Amino acid sequence: MDDVLLGRIITASTLSFHIIFATLGVGIPIVIMVMEFLGIKNKDSQYMTMARRIAKGFTVTIAVGVVTGTIIGLQLSLIWPDFMRLGGQLIALPLFMETFAFFFEAIFLGIFLYTWNRFKNPWHHWLLNIPIVIGSTLSAVFITSVNSFMNTPAGFDLAEDAFVNVDPIAAMFNPSVYVRVFHVVATAYMTAAFILASIAAFKLIKNKFKKDREYHMKGLKVTMAIGLVMSLLTIVAGDFSAKFLHNEQPEKLAAMEWHFETEPYADLVLFGVLDEETQEVNYALRIPWALSFLSGNSFDTEVTGLNDIPEEEHPPMVIHYFFDLMVFFGMYAFGVSVIYFIVKKFTRFNEHHPALLYAYFLTGPLSMMAIEAGWFLAEMGRQPWIIRGYMRVAEAVTNADGLGLVLIAFIILYIILGFTCAYVLIKMFNNSSAEASRAEYYGEGVDAK
Amino acid sequence: MMDLNYELIGITVLWTFLYGYIIVAAIDFGAGFFNYYAIETGQHRTVSHIIQRYLSPVWEVTNVFFVFFFVGIVGFYPDTAYYLGTTLLIPGSIALILLAIRGSYYAFNASATKPRKSWAFLYGVTGLLIPASLSVVLVISEGGYIYEDGDGVQLNIQELFFSSYAWTIVFLAIILVLYISSGFLTYYASKAKNKDAMETFRNWFLIWSLPMLVISQFTFLSLREHNYEHFQSAQDYWYLFGLSLLAMIIAVFLIWKKRNFGLAFIMIMLQFGFAFYGYGISKLPYILYPYIDINTSVVNEAMAFSLTVAFVLGLLLLIPSLILLLRLFIFNAEYVEGKNEEGY
Repeated sequence: MDDVLLGRIITASTLSFHIIFATLGVGIPIVIMVMEFLGIKNKDSQYMTMARRIAKGFTVTIAVGVVTGTIIGLQLSLIWPDFMRLGGQLIALPLFMETFAFFFEAIFLGIFLYTWNRFKNPWHHWLLNIPIVIGSTLSAVFITSVNSFMNTPAGFDLAEDAFVNVDPIAAMFNPSVYVRVFHVVATAYMTAAFILASIAAFKLIKNKFKKDREYHMKGLKVTMAIGLVMSLLTIVAGDFSAKFLHNEQPEKLAAMEWHFETEPYADLVLFGVLDEETQEVNYALRIPWALSFLSGNSFDTEVTGLNDIPEEEHPPMVIHYFFDLMVFFGMYAFGVSVIYFIVKKFTRFNEHHPALLYAYFLTGPLSMMAIEAGWFLAEMGRQPWIIRGYMRVAEAVTNADGLGLVLIAFIILYIILGFTCAYVLIKMFNNSSAEASRAEYYGEGVDAK
Repeated sequence: MMDLNYELIGITVLWTFLYGYIIVAAIDFGAGFFNYYAIETGQHRTVSHIIQRYLSPVWEVTNVFFVFFFVGIVGFYPDTAYYLGTTLLIPGSIALILLAIRGSYYAFNASATKPRKSWAFLYGVTGLLIPASLSVVLVISEGGYIYEDGDGVQLNIQELFFSSYAWTIVFLAIILVLYISSGFLTYYASKAKNKDAMETFRNWFLIWSLPMLVISQFTFLSLREHNYEHFQSAQDYWYLFGLSLLAMIIAVFLIWKKRNFGLAFIMIMLQFGFAFYGYGISKLPYILYPYIDINTSVVNEAMAFSLTVAFVLGLLLLIPSLILLLRLFIFNAEYVEGKNEEGY
């Protein structure tokens, strides 16, 4: 294999492993914050226990998130040294600020996790949630800013192979940053909520501890509510993204929709198979005029087709599938959470019917797969560029030998870490009843409200 | 824009963060190793809970010091990404894998219902291998192991592997970890009023102070062999190295006499501080001899200015937070002693 491909696979495997833990790292603090709030406010020891148990599992996922984050941070220089040499000149500021946000979060997370018993006033402990949520969300904001720069570079002029008039603030607040930050943060909150909803649903389907049912029903309700709100925001963010791509990165939009001719009244293509030679799309579901509408809020919006973009700048056509998967999985979670509340509020059916529980259970894994698909779409969609319009990935890859070995070593590492992490989490919660934890933390006699 | 000397600001900031990282990481790595060693030798009942009590809330913060350093160095001196990034592909990847194993298995073991000896082994032993592998970067920065050809820069791995200077630095790093962390744990156990643990840590510290003294002398000798220019400029700062030795004598004396462990640990920090800054100052202006000179490779002025501003604002946020963390977990007698706490 050539070095560019190897480098891309190494980076892709690190990022797709890291993103699972990073997403949880950004999203779970919000859920813990809500649970602890409900617990303190309603004096409900079940919500308090929930916050503590989630935090306990979170310690494990955050550890893997931290180490894989460290890996990708350094791998950027190890695999793409020329890119980082250039990046240091242009986007060091958000990278640097990301570590500050991360530092801030790490300090307060350390305090939060080990001070459950040290405050007389529980609200003081709750306040620790605020710097954690700020820190974790700001990390996502800054790192997304770096990635946005790679998609829509700004804040410098190019003069004969050198960068002049570098403006770090303009580079940080490049054109795509707002849309992407919104999308990343909303989907992280959404996915974390649905992952926890999946756990609650799973525990309602299959659980050794019958007395835990009430606890898991409460957990399901709160996580479904957070998931519903966040998936609504995600839909709004997705709509912004389509309009943004239409204006700023038409080649990505065209490739993800297999849109070849520039035309108004463009159709939205769902699923299907592409014959790249003839540009024919078979077996697809076409929604007439929808792509034009998504791009510009009117059916006569002219959408740029791939035939008007130089061929060597075409992203790979495979991103269409990632787009379909992202939308489909994301919509699934949204739809299921809507059904949950409709059944619960407006019908006389049981919202904990086994068939429904299986549907809830799928929301978490599918949302996570939507995240992965979305990032594959975003990253492959800017190929062949590493900095769109300025540097190709082929120019950025290291000339050092040994990329093949490095790839194998890291793949083995991720498999081992992934399995051990899952093993520890399953062990942690499989044999311990939530009600027993509650009694341990808050005393036998305490009743849930 | 103000006319500031960014190349010096950058290196001072980074060197200070590296100093901070080495101190906290040495405590962290050494504690993990001693924890495993205690399990093997049956001393864990005395010492392990003291070690866990310290490690739990801070291990993540340790890691951030490191991230901060390498993000900062690429930001202030982007050429480092190119030269060190290219040459360190293999050693860097090894260090990353070790760091990943240590960080995750520490957390796995601390969270598991039943801690495992094999997991304690993983984070204990990687704790000594990480400093060894990271110290390779300092070795390379002395120059002589990198050559430039038509394809770009390359690392001469053979040259590195058979170099006495490289091995001296590797042993220095390992001994330093054991020395600093046993010194800190002695202090921490004495705060916890745990006499048995304190005695054990104190013994370990006294055992490691002799190799510490020997290896520091070796470092000078092999630097003289390897980079005579740097060795000569280090002699201009002989007083820094002298102060370092003095601080070491005071530290060992205090701990030997079982007096004032807090002051003794400050002396250990000063001992390392004088030597580290002495080494750093005498190395200037090179980050990587002779390719990266701080005067010619500093980032463009606009970025340097914004990084400096971000750094100052960031510190305003971090310092109070770090003080809070220290007050809650290190300078809090009740926590350290493990007394029952009131709560909700």
